[in-house]
Amino acid sequence: MKRSAIRLAVTWALLAGASGHLQAQGNLEIDTPAIASLRASMQQRHQQIAGHYESGAIGLTRDGLVTVRDASQVPLPQRGRLSALVAAENRDREALYQEIARANGHPEWREQVQATFSQRWIDKARPGWWVQQADKGWAQR
Amino acid sequence: MMPSVRIESLGGGLALLLGVVLMTAGCVTINIYFPAAAAEKAADRIIDGVWQLPNGQGKTAPADGDRQ
Repeated sequence: MKRSAIRLAVTWALLAGASGHLQAQGNLEIDTPAIASLRASMQQRHQQIAGHYESGAIGLTRDGLVTVRDASQVPLPQRGRLSALVAAENRDREALYQEIARANGHPEWREQVQATFSQRWIDKARPGWWVQQADKGWAQR
Repeated sequence: MMPSVRIESLGGGLALLLGVVLMTAGCVTINIYFPAAAAEKAADRIIDGVWQLPNGQGKTAPADGDRQ
């Protein structure tokens, strides 16, 4: 009798603890200095990249990054600048996914964060931008 | 070899301990479960900001830094 009461109390306490964890998951922490600086850097770079999304020179990949899709859209002398933009953007994106996972105490979430972003970048792409399909082919939105 | 009588006397305690361990494991599982909905919300907030989508300052002006 006494033991089953104790067992009940222990079960109740553990369940209460579990639901506390659940409630703590309403939002992900994204307001850290590292994340803020990555966001600012990407927002600033977007001014230079947007035109390339529109021309199709740069496309959104399925893994939450960007790539040079059609370099012929850009005059030869500017292609170095194009790949530098892509490289810098991908560095920021990789760092962003990692920082979000880390800021939330779960570095192992990095890949899932990246997968979530990858889907949302593609969903939110503007009409005319190029996005990579499941079969790796390209489609214009 | 341990006397079987002793194991039986420990049975109840072991069951309770096992129960506690399983509950704790369940709690940990819930805690580290990837919060997909929260991640999507975070992604939307960040993407809207980076791309200046409606939530932020309306439409992005076409890039003027690209002399094409």
